[in-house]
Amino acid sequence: MNGTLKRASVACLLMFALLMININYLQAVKADDLRKDGRNQRSFFARYQNERGMITAGGETLAKSVDVGGTFRFQRKYADGPVYAPVIGFFAPESARGIEDAANQYLDGTHPDLFVRRTVDLITSKPTRGAAVDLTLVPKAQKAAYQDMKRSGKRGAVVAIDPTTGAILTMVSVPSYDPSPMAVPDKAKAAAAYNKLNADKDEPLINRAISKTYAPGSTFKVVTSAAYLSEDSTRDVNTTVDAPDILPLPGTTIGLRNFHGESCGGRASLIDALTISCNTAFGTMGLEMGYDKLSEQSAKFGIGQPMSIPLGVVKSDIGPDEGKAALAQTSIGQRSNQMTPLQMAMVAAGVANKGKVMKPYLVNKIVSPDGDEIDAARPQELDEAITPDVADKLRQMMVNVVQNGTGTAAQLPGISVAGKTGTAETAKGAASHAWFISFAPAEDPKVAVAVFVESGSAGNDATGGLVAAPIAHDVMQAVLDR
Amino acid sequence: MSAVDAAEAIPMTAKRRGAQLVMLAFAVAIVMVAYANVGLGKDGKVPAGMLTYGLGLGGVMLAAYLVLARFAPWADPLVLPLVTLVNGLGLVMIYRIEQAVPKLASASTQLFWTALGVVMFSVTLIVLRDHRALQRMTYTAGFVGLGLLILPLLPFVGREINGARIWVSVGGFSIQPGEFAKLALVIFFAGYLVAKRDVLALAGRRLLFIDLPRARDLGPVLITWVVSVGVLVLEKDLGTSLLLFGAFIAMLYIATQRTSWVLIGLLLFIGGAGVAGALFSHVGARFQVWLDPSSQALYDLPFGGSYQLMQGLFGMGSGGILGTGLGQGHPDLIPLSFSDFIFSATGEELGLTGLMALLMVYALVVERGLRTAVAARDPFSKLLAGGLSFILAWQVFIIVGGVTNLIPLTGLVTPFMSQGGSALLANWILIALLVRMSDAARRPPPQAIQDEGLTQVFKR
Repeated sequence: MNGTLKRASVACLLMFALLMININYLQAVKADDLRKDGRNQRSFFARYQNERGMITAGGETLAKSVDVGGTFRFQRKYADGPVYAPVIGFFAPESARGIEDAANQYLDGTHPDLFVRRTVDLITSKPTRGAAVDLTLVPKAQKAAYQDMKRSGKRGAVVAIDPTTGAILTMVSVPSYDPSPMAVPDKAKAAAAYNKLNADKDEPLINRAISKTYAPGSTFKVVTSAAYLSEDSTRDVNTTVDAPDILPLPGTTIGLRNFHGESCGGRASLIDALTISCNTAFGTMGLEMGYDKLSEQSAKFGIGQPMSIPLGVVKSDIGPDEGKAALAQTSIGQRSNQMTPLQMAMVAAGVANKGKVMKPYLVNKIVSPDGDEIDAARPQELDEAITPDVADKLRQMMVNVVQNGTGTAAQLPGISVAGKTGTAETAKGAASHAWFISFAPAEDPKVAVAVFVESGSAGNDATGGLVAAPIAHDVMQAVLDR
Repeated sequence: MSAVDAAEAIPMTAKRRGAQLVMLAFAVAIVMVAYANVGLGKDGKVPAGMLTYGLGLGGVMLAAYLVLARFAPWADPLVLPLVTLVNGLGLVMIYRIEQAVPKLASASTQLFWTALGVVMFSVTLIVLRDHRALQRMTYTAGFVGLGLLILPLLPFVGREINGARIWVSVGGFSIQPGEFAKLALVIFFAGYLVAKRDVLALAGRRLLFIDLPRARDLGPVLITWVVSVGVLVLEKDLGTSLLLFGAFIAMLYIATQRTSWVLIGLLLFIGGAGVAGALFSHVGARFQVWLDPSSQALYDLPFGGSYQLMQGLFGMGSGGILGTGLGQGHPDLIPLSFSDFIFSATGEELGLTGLMALLMVYALVVERGLRTAVAARDPFSKLLAGGLSFILAWQVFIIVGGVTNLIPLTGLVTPFMSQGGSALLANWILIALLVRMSDAARRPPPQAIQDEGLTQVFKR
């Protein structure tokens, strides 16, 4: 019987071999799928087992994990939730948003940069802790912007950038929301809170500064001016262009008019045209240059590319080439011309920084649980949009806008401010979007701002100068006073 | 041929009792470290009961060792330490699961049953001095086995738990007679096949490339098949049914060397399973779950769906290669983590590494048993040792393969690990029988007296 016994042994070994191969398949090959399966409650529990890193800005703690013991040991708490929610987002049972999502690997300690520390923790049997993420936001300016927007029930966004580095100093989107109800360790409750916000017609979950585009209106005239000045270096602020009361749009029976049908006197210098925001003058410039010139200039400011700051930024776009009539409208920020508030802040920042557009970013540095700096932001140039000479001419024009033109509400005592208002028509008869972009101090810029107030949220007669400029004033003041 | 050559021709087996004691101590030490690990992993403290459990297990195993050393001194030195390790790890896992689901798991009860298991082990070794006595009880064993199988079906004593009618409750105690039936039936198969193997092996005719047995010799196979199917249908116990039938076919093959028996067995099994799958929804459901366990529809079924299986797989997947560490997983999420799914719960906390080691230990026990069968001197011992070893391997394969979705899931006890007294007792008796037979196999034959000259020298 020994022969068959030996064959039976081989059969037994084969059975064990099959079992071993199968568990190797399960626990090594398929492990990740099984771990991440939505029905596997462990990933849900695991989210609350380790101390997640803090999110800070300007010395203030904006989000932290609090040890409450029990199954869901570390719970996420947010300070000033609605002020920062569009940026920080929330840490929900099954998902995350904003910085909580974008910097998750640092916050939960799984980032490759933290590998050595994790290994040391493993050996010394200390629990894994996440790294802290320090943001570039300036709490004082952030709060000022949020209060200004919220007080009168406006919808819109405010973005402030440090023009020399690209650091985002303020990013407010209103209406906002309280992230806390979504951060509870209870899937059903968190989902209910989320669904309620998601169904709100005012879209509080959308970060208006980066996730949606809007017609920029007259603020876009800065880009048109930049293109026009760059096209021929002999042009300066006193160069005059045709500025009829009605600019006939080629191929149509209608004409381009000025705001409220006002007149710019037939011909205007560039500085005057920008100061009083003369539509027909910029329509003329656009028609004179052609679509390609305008498109090229826009691209140099970063328009047309999605970005990661590290939150995702949708791409801004001046729209397709739809003929001369459309081009005249595109030149004054209408038609298919759609910008994010962040993009318009970048335009202002580019002019402020002598033509160099810096890549915007939100994360200042990453700090380990023990307080060591792991990584810090390295400012990067996106493109040189205009020459320093053109930038200087634009600065003069924009300073005049605030001193003598539509943007007087943004004046700061003792500091010269450069700016441009925008009032963008959204539909026939509907209220306009109100815009304001600016930077200050004009000679040595420390902050560039874009304020966007959505149509209908600030009355039917809202204009950039009346509604948006005062907010920009407060934000610039807050940043310069910090 | 010189006397020196002759001495080499009969290799002396060493008792290796010292090594056995060291390995036994090592196994107990591993288990105690694992106990400490549970507490440290859960709340950073060495658990208070660690010494009680550790010394309890150590004491019980020392007693087993002393009995073995006295009554089966030539026995294989590896078997007892290996079984101690698996039994101890099972205790640790149940202790750990008790922390998570205190109502269902109880480590102290399991330790009590372990002690009782060792008592049964000792009693078997002491009472059964020569296992060949069992050969004389072939038919008695057969009837006892059948009786035990039928017992749960009787009114008043039989109990249905979790859909399977495999329990008998007597005076507050619930036992699973099927576990003991397993032993009795293997003894019966061994005795029966030794008696009939010539006729089963030789009679018949050749058809194409295979030797077919005579129709009348098919009787015993058919009876076993009917009994297995009966267990499956009446007690809804797929596991035991598969276990018994598989073991019988394997022993039939070992005894007769006829591949045709394996083929006939396979055909009968496939036919039976097919009919059962078509007739009984719970059998068909198991099959569907096996094919696509992650399907949401099957997962959501309130009964007979893939929920349990998937929770076990999630646990194993989350454990990954190194596991979460003892005390740091979520056995509370795995239904039946203390019984059928203890392997999955172990996989979560000890990871692939731990499971590979565990399967290796099982494989070693089985191979030591089969080695005993090869070394045994008479056909009955060979068949009994082979059958017992095979049924152990087969049981591990069915349940572990089931919870890892290698084969359709059928409920069975994971030997020496799952919570439950009957299985522990029965498996300790099984080990006692293997130890008894390995003692007989390894005991050196009477030595030739030097002076009597070359005629006394023989070669086996």
